[in-house]
Amino acid sequence: MEIYLPIADLPVNVFLLLGMGLAVGFLSGMFGIGGGFLMTPLLIFVGISPAVAVATVSTHIAASSFTGAVAYWRRRAIDVALALMLLAGGIMGTISGVLLFTALRRLGQLDIVIGLSYLLLLVSVGAMMVAEGLRAMLRARQGKPVELRRPGSHTWIHGLPLKIRFKQSRIYVSAIPVGAIGFIMGFIGAIMGIGGGFLLVPMLIYFLRVPTNVVIGTSMVLTLITMASATILHAATNHLVDAVLALVLMVGGVTGAQFGARAGQKMRSERLRLLLGILVLAVGLRFAFDLIVAPDDLYTIRTIGDSP
Amino acid sequence: MRRTIRARIPVVCAMASLLFALPAGAERLVSSLSSHIVKITSNFTGVELTLFGTVENDQATAPHNGYDIVATVTGPRESAVTRRKERSLSIWINAESRTFVDAPSYLEVLATRPFASIADAETLHREQIGIANISLPQQIGPDIADVIPNDQFRQAFVRIKHERQLYGEITNGVTFLTPTFYRASIFVPAEALVGNYDVDVKLFADGAVIARTSSAFEIVTVGVERFIANAAVDHGLAYGVATAMMAVMTGWFASIVFRRD
Repeated sequence: MEIYLPIADLPVNVFLLLGMGLAVGFLSGMFGIGGGFLMTPLLIFVGISPAVAVATVSTHIAASSFTGAVAYWRRRAIDVALALMLLAGGIMGTISGVLLFTALRRLGQLDIVIGLSYLLLLVSVGAMMVAEGLRAMLRARQGKPVELRRPGSHTWIHGLPLKIRFKQSRIYVSAIPVGAIGFIMGFIGAIMGIGGGFLLVPMLIYFLRVPTNVVIGTSMVLTLITMASATILHAATNHLVDAVLALVLMVGGVTGAQFGARAGQKMRSERLRLLLGILVLAVGLRFAFDLIVAPDDLYTIRTIGDSP
Repeated sequence: MRRTIRARIPVVCAMASLLFALPAGAERLVSSLSSHIVKITSNFTGVELTLFGTVENDQATAPHNGYDIVATVTGPRESAVTRRKERSLSIWINAESRTFVDAPSYLEVLATRPFASIADAETLHREQIGIANISLPQQIGPDIADVIPNDQFRQAFVRIKHERQLYGEITNGVTFLTPTFYRASIFVPAEALVGNYDVDVKLFADGAVIARTSSAFEIVTVGVERFIANAAVDHGLAYGVATAMMAVMTGWFASIVFRRD
């Protein structure tokens, strides 16, 4: 059944979109990621222009992360104070990112920067997560207890001033790294058009030692707020948000996220990290493949007005 | 002759809007379309329109080679960048690029015969017959100019547009059903932009243009699709807030529906 998308200006099979929403929603609920780095390439593959895809995916992610956040809220697995602190840094990051985005676009180098940053970010983060996940699983198999808070983990980060106690996460850290992580998330989100949950989750785990169960819910709150504001900004400035497309994706996405969240709660956290690492690495390698293998067609056309 | 047309073509009312060209000699060219408005609804998958018309002449001057018709359909114009990838440090990146300024988003050329047998190259070029002869100006530095038809970027642009069914040439696309009555099918794919589409029809006899006429149709969105498209452009902020609210409501609704405890 074909459905016509008013802003994307083309017809797409509604079941295909629902299926994509379900699949990405499941993964987003399971890992506490927005899923933008999966959904945006999928939409572009279906034929939707990159600009509309990026803008509309932010709406889809807002819905998905809201429903995920509600599920985690019921389990009291959200650290509101931590989320707000991250958000403060995130706003600064978004502003800086938008400024750089505009400058790169003027220089005509935005495409390469986006492609390479996707590649470098996804491959390096994915590889790190896979390695860490494997080590943790190996330790568990050898019968040693899984050490999330190793004795040596009190690094220079914990020596910084302005310490704040985050009760829900049971951590006592400086506000500086928290704000810095928020800043990086906002910055990357503006440049690459992703919510960045897949990055935020490991950063909170590795640098701040936030427990995995709290990290996912907290990450979802941050994603929800940034993506909801991204929706409004994209709609107000570029008129690129396709409400029909967003609604179809959302219906699939929120359904998938429910099952994903339950599957995630049942799974051991180190296995969850390993799976997410493999997923991120796979998408990163897909970008590498596109960059390294000779393309079928050396030429591409892009209508002016579409942002990459 | 008129009566025959009316009997053949079911769209009688369309005849009322026929556009008459100035007589360039003894012939007059008349054309119309089966529809002047294409409405995009939720199940729009492209549309096929019929162009039809007649050559009115005073019998005495009919050419011995017969008539030829070339119809050029031009969609709304938009600027587009064509980029070429090159290998650099073992990765493929976009290197050179060219901007096509105000190029037709849709371009279909329909003719009775291959262009070369209708008129000589000079005439075809002057009358912009065929995609190769249609001006596609590029931005070159501060200047805007058309380039030779076998320019690589131009060829790539036309080829990609052709693959997406947006550009095409059909040299047997116009048929004379009688010596003076012609018809042609215009296919517009679902991907085509909304807006005005001009249909320019030229009548050739003995290698020269002897009459021309034009018609037009418009692709519009209607119903819910139109409402959404208009709201997105006219009330961007409100639209964005509403969409974000929709996202939150959908998320909330799902969490109620799927709550098991």
